[in-house]
Amino acid sequence: MEFFFEVLIGGLLAGVMYSLVAIGFVLIYKASGVFNFAQGAMVLFAALTFVSLVESGVPFWAAFALTLATMILLALAVERWVLRPLVNRSPITLFMATLGLAYIIEGGAQALWGAQVHGLELGIDDVPLEFGGLFVSQFDLFAAATAATLVLVLSLLFNKTRIGLSLRAVADDTLAAQAVGIRLRRIWTVVWAVAGLVALITGLLWGARLGVQFSLSLVVLKALPVLIIGGFSSVGGAIVGGLIVGASEKLAEIYIGPLIGGGIENWFPYVLATLFLLARPAGLFGERTIERV
Amino acid sequence: MSAQTILQVEEIEVVYDQVILAVHGVSLAVGQGEIVALLGANGAGKSSTLKAISGLVGAERGDVVGGRILYRGADVTRVSPDTLVRDGLVQVLEGRHCFAHLSVEENLLIGGFVNKPSRQQLKAELEKIYHYFPRLKERRKSLAGYTSGGEQQMVAIGRALMARPRLVLLDEPSMGLAPLIVEEIFEIVSRLNATEGVSFLLAEQNASIALQHAHRAFVLESGQVVASGAADELAARSDIHAHYLGAVA
Repeated sequence: MEFFFEVLIGGLLAGVMYSLVAIGFVLIYKASGVFNFAQGAMVLFAALTFVSLVESGVPFWAAFALTLATMILLALAVERWVLRPLVNRSPITLFMATLGLAYIIEGGAQALWGAQVHGLELGIDDVPLEFGGLFVSQFDLFAAATAATLVLVLSLLFNKTRIGLSLRAVADDTLAAQAVGIRLRRIWTVVWAVAGLVALITGLLWGARLGVQFSLSLVVLKALPVLIIGGFSSVGGAIVGGLIVGASEKLAEIYIGPLIGGGIENWFPYVLATLFLLARPAGLFGERTIERV
Repeated sequence: MSAQTILQVEEIEVVYDQVILAVHGVSLAVGQGEIVALLGANGAGKSSTLKAISGLVGAERGDVVGGRILYRGADVTRVSPDTLVRDGLVQVLEGRHCFAHLSVEENLLIGGFVNKPSRQQLKAELEKIYHYFPRLKERRKSLAGYTSGGEQQMVAIGRALMARPRLVLLDEPSMGLAPLIVEEIFEIVSRLNATEGVSFLLAEQNASIALQHAHRAFVLESGQVVASGAADELAARSDIHAHYLGAVA
């Protein structure tokens, strides 16, 4: 039984890392109804920029601030040269644009900083700590705490500030938001900048675990089942979805894996997501359209 | 144009997607403190005219290709909607368009952000709206999407008023509402006009109620003005009703 709980807790904590990736998608999806394919590229770009700065001798927090500034510049550029010319186009057009953007950012990041693998040291050791007989990774706990803080900050931003309320208004009804004088360009820039911050934090945590390299942009593939299960439009859903994916894939690997020859961890989340699509297409917490009767 | 004119529309043409001509040389004027009705059947060009004035036509792939729009004496043709809202020209969209997943109170607050008011100013403004729409105060914590059609129309009007407008463009306020609710909403519009001095340009298919509350009216057909005059005169002209507005509602 102790082993079961260890697997469960390990899975849940791994799930938090998936949630982090998914939150970046949720932010942009909420504000513009677009699945931002470039989120993974942004994760890679942020992590590469940070690591390269640190390796050239910039202190940790200065590198963090500089990278964040770079992400904000990126948000401004995306608004100016991608979103603004495509205003009022269908979501699929915008989606294709983010697909192209992904390649530009990935290529740009590697042209700028090179394609070699960098190690990233956050000063948190990936060693197990013991809690009442259960072993839990210190790094996983740190990642979970970071994610919790981030979610808290985001929910304060969305619910308590004027910019956050305006953002939710745009997400709900873009035309009405414009009718009350909300400036779409400003909202989009803010959203992309916040998504950039999330990408930076995701990039640091994933980068510390996997090394900073090209494949970092592929962690977003893990975000897809998380989004389908949790719902594309809810930050809380992204968290719960991440926890479900993390826990279920680890438990499935341990308990179902041996029956069919193992190796199911990698595809189990997608099967789960497919089942969710059949039973509950909006996800657990996705906003369904409100229909009055 | 007289010093009291707040809005002057001169021969505007509105085209959607570069090919669809929706408004074909419409001219009209709204005086300071006036309620002006824009009447006409479905597809006559009422909504497009209003959206051309508020600048929202651009958000729907439309464009003002001819004529000009003067607001308080300045040319505002193709000025962005947020600039106009800040200057006191606000549109209430057809079909209400509340932020369905936000509460009634959040809907109203968002309407006030544009002037960057202090917390106290915003609160005072909110209380004023609740004074005109006491029903909204009772429902202030409900999600706007779950309120009744009449309440949503009140939210939409209240949200526009939060920006402290001089001129409100009101598109089809009676749409889909029970006659008693329509009456209540028009009463509030008249009251706002009388006590706050807000001017209204309202597009309406329900000609009889609009003419009861408006001072003057313009009648649109196929994107053109076909009749105009004082509201009581138009109401008395039976040919107008027969030709453009259908039988008495």
